[in-house]
Amino acid sequence: MPYMQRDALIQASQFQSTAARTPPGLVVQQLSLSYPGNGSALVDINLDIPAGAVTAVIGPSGCGKSTLLRCFNRMNDTIEGCRYSGAIYVGDNNVLAAATDVTALRRRVGMVFQRPNPFAKSIYDNVAYGPRIGGIRRKRDLDEIVERALRDVALWDEVSDRLHTGALRLSLGQQQRLVLARTIAIEPEVLLLDEPASSLDPISTLKIEELIYELKHTYTIIIVTHNMQQAARVSDWTAFMNGGKLVEFDETDRIFTNPVERATEDYITGRYG
Amino acid sequence: MIMATGQSLPGQRRWQRVLGTLMIWLTAAMVTLSVLTAGAFLGLLLWFAGSWLTAEGMASGGVLVRFWGNLQQLLFQPSASLGIEAMLPAIIGTVIMIILMTVIVAPLGVLVAVYLSEYAKNTWYTELLRIAIQNLAGVPSVIFGVFGLGFFVYAVGGEIDGWFYAETLPRPTFGTPGLLWASLTLALLTLPVVIVASEEGLARLPTSMREGSYALGATRFETIIRVLLPAAGSSVLTGVILAIARAAGEVAPLMLVGVVKYAPTLPVSLQAPFIAFEQKFMHLGFFIYDVAAHANVGEGRLGLICAAAVLLVGLVMLLNLTAVLLRKRLRDRYQALSEE
Ligand SMILES: Nc1ncnc2c1ncn2[C@@H]1O[C@H](COP(=O)(O)OP(=O)(O)O)[C@@H](O)[C@H]1O
Ligand SMILES: [Mg+2]
Repeated sequence: MPYMQRDALIQASQFQSTAARTPPGLVVQQLSLSYPGNGSALVDINLDIPAGAVTAVIGPSGCGKSTLLRCFNRMNDTIEGCRYSGAIYVGDNNVLAAATDVTALRRRVGMVFQRPNPFAKSIYDNVAYGPRIGGIRRKRDLDEIVERALRDVALWDEVSDRLHTGALRLSLGQQQRLVLARTIAIEPEVLLLDEPASSLDPISTLKIEELIYELKHTYTIIIVTHNMQQAARVSDWTAFMNGGKLVEFDETDRIFTNPVERATEDYITGRYG
Repeated sequence: MIMATGQSLPGQRRWQRVLGTLMIWLTAAMVTLSVLTAGAFLGLLLWFAGSWLTAEGMASGGVLVRFWGNLQQLLFQPSASLGIEAMLPAIIGTVIMIILMTVIVAPLGVLVAVYLSEYAKNTWYTELLRIAIQNLAGVPSVIFGVFGLGFFVYAVGGEIDGWFYAETLPRPTFGTPGLLWASLTLALLTLPVVIVASEEGLARLPTSMREGSYALGATRFETIIRVLLPAAGSSVLTGVILAIARAAGEVAPLMLVGVVKYAPTLPVSLQAPFIAFEQKFMHLGFFIYDVAAHANVGEGRLGLICAAAVLLVGLVMLLNLTAVLLRKRLRDRYQALSEE
């Protein structure tokens, strides 16, 4: 794998697309959420996510990590009967306000899901989907966007000769990078990654982690993960959640070496579910 | 009674063995049956080649020559003395009607399926709708003919005549059985098949695919049009294939809403508007019925019926093949959803 060459390409493309960009931070205030018939899934969350850094969200299964993530791009709106209150500021806008244009918000705050979910379309059409929805029609522009996005996720060399074949033929690891490329293609400012590597093999996982590391200068990234080592490796900040509450939020080094809360320590050292 | 779990009793084992043997026999019987059917089919074709021409007294020449002569005669030359019409107009009528029906039923079925699968909430109303659709599939086909005659021909057609063809009344234009009403009636008849297949196709698509589209800022409408329907396309086409097969087998309802023994002109022409929607037309299925019941063909009756049957089945297979190829192309392009 020609790493040198790839890194050079990635740097070049970053220089092009996102030269003078500063991504926004996120401020969560008194966020509570409940699902129908299931009590509250989030309880009074207050959180200040720094801009241009990677924030990991960790915690036991069912503690509300995905739910929290899906608040940032209002994905929970698609679940009938889901109620929430509080505020989330992305930059200056409270995105939970009723007046928010949800489709515009989702183009600012991109999301990658736990299981790769490419569309039943060609590789090219998958990546071009977002830009096309956004009104870009010219083939030259689309070609350029697709190539750049695929290079950004280090997939270009593997698929450039079969852009117009079905995306579902790719391996899971490739599919997940494709989905990431699809998200990057609409140039969001914030990236939400919900256990992006949990269904991948170790090599693909490593690739995704490298990508996160490379992307964090131009995006504000929030990643949910089950894997402590992964959180420690890729993140600058870490939030520990339990039972729908935010237990502790601090710099990753501090959380892993010297947590304040007993529950955090128990979880990190594996003494907890 | 006490039974240890995870330990099969001898009785159970015997049951399984018997069931297994039964399955093997059943499978063998089915294979035999399908082979026999195919053989019978070939036999019919040969019969067709040899039998009817004797009646017309052209028994000279080999089988193929006679077959060809027969075919020509059947296709192009009506025989007043025998009381049969040429088959070509009937073939054309059948094809045009099925194509028209497909054009009507496919978008309608998809529309209903999209509504049921993507928009409808689970209320008593949608439940009722689903039950109604399922019941529609069980209604005897001739009832559809009755409905078509009452609703399409008299109610809708009569209304259209009142508005647009008032000067020619009382002679009806659309207020009488015709191609459009026959196609609509068949579309209604086959609607449940298309709806059910399409809805299943849509329901099979994972939620994650929808969320993936929403997460890129797509609206629900964009998601349906650009992601879900293309992904469910092969299911929709499966529904359409089944609809064509079902429609091709119907004669009874058609006799009420537009098919006749003899139509002086074809329902299609090379000049605009190309299709005469209001015109009565001929149909292979009706041809078979007519020969069986009324024609004066004596000994050759069965051969003639077989000839028409072979043609009808061939036509349906051709139409189905088109749809199957289309579906295959779609699948090749997108590849079916991976296991999940
Ligand atoms: N669509 C839903 N409807 C009802 N309850 C849900 C739904 N999604 C998640 N939950 C519940 O909300 C809680 C938090 O879920 P989730 O955010 O997915 O947890 P995590 O991602 O941390 O494993 C769980 O108890 C889960 O059962
Ligand atoms: Mg989760």
